[in-house]
This record gives sequence, structure tokens and C-alpha cells, in this order.
Amino acid sequence: MEQKSRIVSPVVWQLLSFALVFGLWEVAGRWPISFAFPPFSKTFMALLRMIADGSLPKAYLSTLQPLVIGIVLCSIAGIGFGIGMGLSRAVEWFSLPIFIVLQAAPMAAIIPLLTYMYGIGLTSKVLAVVILAAPVIVMNSYKGIRNTNPSLIQMCRAFLGTRRQEVIKIILPHAAALIFAGLRLGLAMGFIGIVIAELLITPTGIGDLITYHSSVADYPEMFAAIASIIVLAALAIHALERLERRLFPPEIRGLEDVR
Amino acid sequence: MSAEAIVEVKKIGKIYDGGVEALKDANLELPRGRLSTLLGPSGCGKTTLLKIIAGLIPPSSGEVWVKGKKVDGPGPERAFVFQDFALLPWANVLRNVAFGLELRGTPQEQRFEIARKHIAEVGLSNFESSYPHQLSGGMRQRVGLARALAVDADIILMDEPFSSVDEQTRRKFQEELLELLRHKQKTVIFVTHSIEEAAYLSAQIVLLSPRPGTVSKIIHPNIDRGARDPDEIRRDKNYLDVVEEIWQILKQYV
Repeated sequence: MEQKSRIVSPVVWQLLSFALVFGLWEVAGRWPISFAFPPFSKTFMALLRMIADGSLPKAYLSTLQPLVIGIVLCSIAGIGFGIGMGLSRAVEWFSLPIFIVLQAAPMAAIIPLLTYMYGIGLTSKVLAVVILAAPVIVMNSYKGIRNTNPSLIQMCRAFLGTRRQEVIKIILPHAAALIFAGLRLGLAMGFIGIVIAELLITPTGIGDLITYHSSVADYPEMFAAIASIIVLAALAIHALERLERRLFPPEIRGLEDVR
Repeated sequence: MSAEAIVEVKKIGKIYDGGVEALKDANLELPRGRLSTLLGPSGCGKTTLLKIIAGLIPPSSGEVWVKGKKVDGPGPERAFVFQDFALLPWANVLRNVAFGLELRGTPQEQRFEIARKHIAEVGLSNFESSYPHQLSGGMRQRVGLARALAVDADIILMDEPFSSVDEQTRRKFQEELLELLRHKQKTVIFVTHSIEEAAYLSAQIVLLSPRPGTVSKIIHPNIDRGARDPDEIRRDKNYLDVVEEIWQILKQYV
């Protein structure tokens, strides 16, 4: 009985929460708060129109390309680099300050510089994704490696493990969950990067759709485009989070051993 | 005590990086095939001494000899049981117990077979595929013990293995440990801060003084453990005398 209500209620609450937000949006749009703020229903119709006429799918095709390339680059190079920093004092000494600065710096400020150096093509957009996503991916991988339970490392040495075995059998499995969490955060940053790039550098993809509809005062379309990227980002990150919990359930992550 | 020494600790001193002197001039011989306890108040360097014997920490001065060879790192003749269990959280009991053999490159089938035998010995046969988080503290430490037994080392080093286990489990575990060791020719070096535990388990009790730790007294309890009820041992006059004797010495350090 109790278990059943536990399964049902979160879904109900979530639906209620959506209904509440969309309802308030509808009311606010009809009030109206501003001439430029369309109600939910009009925005939703605009979204359907944009899907039907193909402009939204086409925009996403061009938005997702640099996003995916950027995230894949970060996953390979960023995780590799973070692991290197975690394992080698020399690499750490050399690059930790750089990544701490990169993580703290308002990276959006650097994006105009990218245009200046690499023009308005795909390279700039990929780089925009990379500079936003890389620091968090690198830092998470680094911390994952560094947070390895020292007791497990000692255990490995006591049972005659080599340094190689220590890395492969203890440190990497221990860090896997944090590394994956870094990827998820990196993807969130990547979405920010790509939207900023499309708004600031090259009017293409979803950024162009937002800019264009705002310039011709098609506010429902503009809001639909904005809402669609938010929803897409939220869904993508939520999916990764679920995958993460599936691959690394908290009990076997080894977090309980980190004190 | 006529047994020959399997471990010799010669003038061991340890000063940590911060300048803390944990051990000073510790001299000690540990007899083969017996259980010796390192006993002392917190911070007397007993765990440090154990880890130096294990080869996990280098001493600042002095030498440790095991089976006639000088220690300069961990070796196959020594196995360690950790205070915090040190089990792989992502591996099940079977893999954890077989982990020492895995590191040595024993083929999977063979090491699982050996591991199963030792899992049965510590009474966890039904838990081979459980993960550490599904086990109680006492059961986790059984896994730690089985892992140490699985590599078939002559010397088992136990660092306060029962300290995070409740009292009932602890007593049960102590009894089972004695029972288990009775049939094996293992030398056990056991760190504890419990006087009763030391008196109950050991053939030799090494009392360490507080920082800097040094050997203050060695006691050989003359308790007849042969095939007797554990509760009978706990009422034995010799047992009670040993507990009292140790308390009188340790009292000065508190």
C-alpha cells in the first residue's frame, strides 16, 4: 500500500508542477504582462508549426553538430587530461592552475575572441563548446582520481599490486562515477556554449531561429525556440543522470568509503 | 616460549614528516605460528609498527626482518587485514576475497575456487555474490580475513580488525578466529587497544608505551585454551590475572 503510493505520487506531483507552471504562463501571457510575452498555448502552437514546416528540425541539425563534436572531443581529451593530472604530479603542477582559472573565468567573454581568430565557421562553434565544457570535465576526472580511498590503494600494495594494477583495478573504477558526472555537467555547459556561440558568432541553427523571430516580432515562435532548447538540454542531462545512476549505483560507487 | 622468531623488529624508529615521533627504538621478536598482540593506548604507534612490518610504511631508522630477509616492501609471506576493511565497493564478496590472487595473476577459475573455500571458512558461503554495502560490519571484516587467508601467507597482520564491530559480534569473531587458527600454522600479529581482546587471543602480548612508542613490556599469558569453552577461558584465573597485570601497566599512561 505504502509502496504503491510512493510509486504513484512523484509522477502525480511532477505532472501537477508542470500544469501549474504552464497554467501560470498561460495566465501571464493573456494578462498580458508584456506585448512580447505570448501565452503558453500560442507558444505551443508555434512550436508545432515550426516542427511541421521543418525549420526547427533543420535548425537543430546545425546546432547539434558542433555540440556533439565538441562534447566528444572533450570526453576523449578532457578525461584523458584529467586522469593524467590525477596520476602525475608533474602534469598536475603544470596544468591545474590553468584549469582552475578556466573554470572560474566567465568563458562567454572569450567567445568574441574566437570569432576574431577562427572566423564564423564550425571551428569557432566547436571551440565555444569546448572551452565551456572542458574545464568541468577535466576537473571532475582529476578529482575522481585524486579522491581514491587511500585505504584501497594501501590494500592493493599490501597484496602486491603493481602501480599499473593499482590504476586499472582501483583508481579508475573508483573515479568512473565522478568522471561520468563530469561529462553530464560538461554537456550542460556545452549547451550554454553552443547557444551563446549561435547568438554571438554565427547566426545559424537554434540561435538564428531565436534571433530571427525576435527581429520580426514573431514572439510565440521565438519563445518556442527558446523553450525547445531548454527542454532538449534538460532531457539530455536527465537521461545522462539516469544512465549514471544505472551504471554506478551510489552503494557501489565507493562514495561511502570517502571520508 | 620456545618457538623461533619469524619476525624480528630491530631498533625501529619512525618520525613522520611533520616531526611527530611515533616510534623509538622498538625491539621485538614474534614467534612463528603464534598470535602476538601489539597493545597500547591510542597514538602509541602500534598501527605504525604493524604497517612497517607489513612494508607499507618505511621506517625512519632500524630494520625489520621477516623469515631471515630484510623487509623493504610488502611480500607474499605477509597478508594484511585492514581496520576499515578496505573492500572494493564495486566488487562482490567472491571477487573481493579473490582479489589478492587476482593481483598475482592466478587464473580466474582457480582463484575463485580458492576464494570459495575461504569464504566458507569464515561462514559467508551464502553471500558470495553480495556486495560489501549489503553486509554488516562484522561480515565485511570476515571478507577481509578471507581475503588475507586466500593468498596463503605465513603471517597475517591484523590492524584493529574488530574495532568497528559491535561487542557481541566481536566476541563471536574472536572465538572463531582462535578456532580457525588452531588448525593452521599461521603467525598472527594483531593490533588492538582492548586489554580483554589481547588477553583472550594472544600467546604473546607486546605492550607499547605512548608516543614515542617503544616496547615497554612483553607478557606471555599462560592460559590453557585447548578445547575449552570460550566462556570458561573468560573466567580463567590466569586470564583475569593477565587482564589485571596489563591494566596496572597501562594505567600509568592514561
